[in-house]
Amino acid sequence: MTSRERPLSPHLQIYKWQITMALSILHRMTGVALVVGALLLSYWLTSAAYGPEAFNLAHGLFGTILGRLVLLGLTFSLFYHLGNGVRHLFWDVGMGFEMPNLRASGIAVVVFAVVFTLLTWSAAYIVRGG
Amino acid sequence: MVEFTLPANSKITKGKTHKAPDGATNIRRFKIYRFDPDSGETPRLDTFEVDMDSCGPMVLDALLKMKNEMDPTLTFRRSCREGVCGSCSFNIDGTNTLACTKAIDEIKGDVKIYPLPHMAVVKDLVPDLSVPYAQYASIEPWIKTDSPLPQGERLQSPEDRAKLDGLWECILCFCCQTSCPSYWWNGDRYLGPAVLLQSYRFIADSRDEATGERLDDLDDPFRLFRCHTIMNCTSTCPKGLNPGEAIAGIKMGLGKRRS
Repeated sequence: MTSRERPLSPHLQIYKWQITMALSILHRMTGVALVVGALLLSYWLTSAAYGPEAFNLAHGLFGTILGRLVLLGLTFSLFYHLGNGVRHLFWDVGMGFEMPNLRASGIAVVVFAVVFTLLTWSAAYIVRGG
Repeated sequence: MVEFTLPANSKITKGKTHKAPDGATNIRRFKIYRFDPDSGETPRLDTFEVDMDSCGPMVLDALLKMKNEMDPTLTFRRSCREGVCGSCSFNIDGTNTLACTKAIDEIKGDVKIYPLPHMAVVKDLVPDLSVPYAQYASIEPWIKTDSPLPQGERLQSPEDRAKLDGLWECILCFCCQTSCPSYWWNGDRYLGPAVLLQSYRFIADSRDEATGERLDDLDDPFRLFRCHTIMNCTSTCPKGLNPGEAIAGIKMGLGKRRS
């Protein structure tokens, strides 16, 4: 009948963002961020092995505004990925699949991640000062 | 593979506007995805101004009114108009649902209707469903037995029968199937939530004697394990079923077998 290829119906372009898909892609993104974070952590540790100069450079980099923002993002990534990972563990044993529970557990994980990120940073600033 | 944008032949252009008849006071605007395979043109988004004073309450009522009174070439599937046939599934107001059970009142602003997402479009709101149908056939959706036929029916306790509740009601509208980002990106190899729920319907059936083979068939990084528990499926199911939970049931079945 038609010789030319059929068009693909729109998907991401038109699908209304659901909390389900938003938190799922956030889990993936924070996972990727944590891989980058692990590299940064190993850079920091390695710099200590190289000597005071390298260590001070690494320390300085992490201390800049940009460096602190990256660390803040990594802190959130850690807590979100942890919390949502626990959510996945419940799913793996067949629990928490009802739509109201899905929404509630999703919101709980985001709140947990935000609160613990703020707590961690508050504690860090209080202990270290500035 | 993951491709976030639409290919060139699928880009949507601005379409025509079908004005409401003169004198109509209670008007709703419907934006409808149109594709005419014979025109050589790319898809477009047409606007229909519908007089709500002479229109039924459901989105399907409006679609039928548009087809009957405004543009007879508007093409879509429909049959039972009461949510049991699974024909009139579209992306309505951003999520997948049945036009016959979705009230127009529930939608704010213009009513946008697209075909089920990330499918090849045959015409207007009609997607090509041959891939999900073939996937459905591949899970062999019938009771398989080795034991000799009993005198009467194969009996089942009320408890075992209750395990099928929430599974047998699936009408194969593929709303969940096409709401799943994982199915969008890997629909050629991942079976998708609707087909996996159907598979679980037979795995969970005490009368079926092929559970082992069914699990063998699903134990695959793509066929089953492209499910990342995104849960758009359960969120969108117009029948209130839980495909995500059914898939978890299959995964747990595989887990139990291994341990």
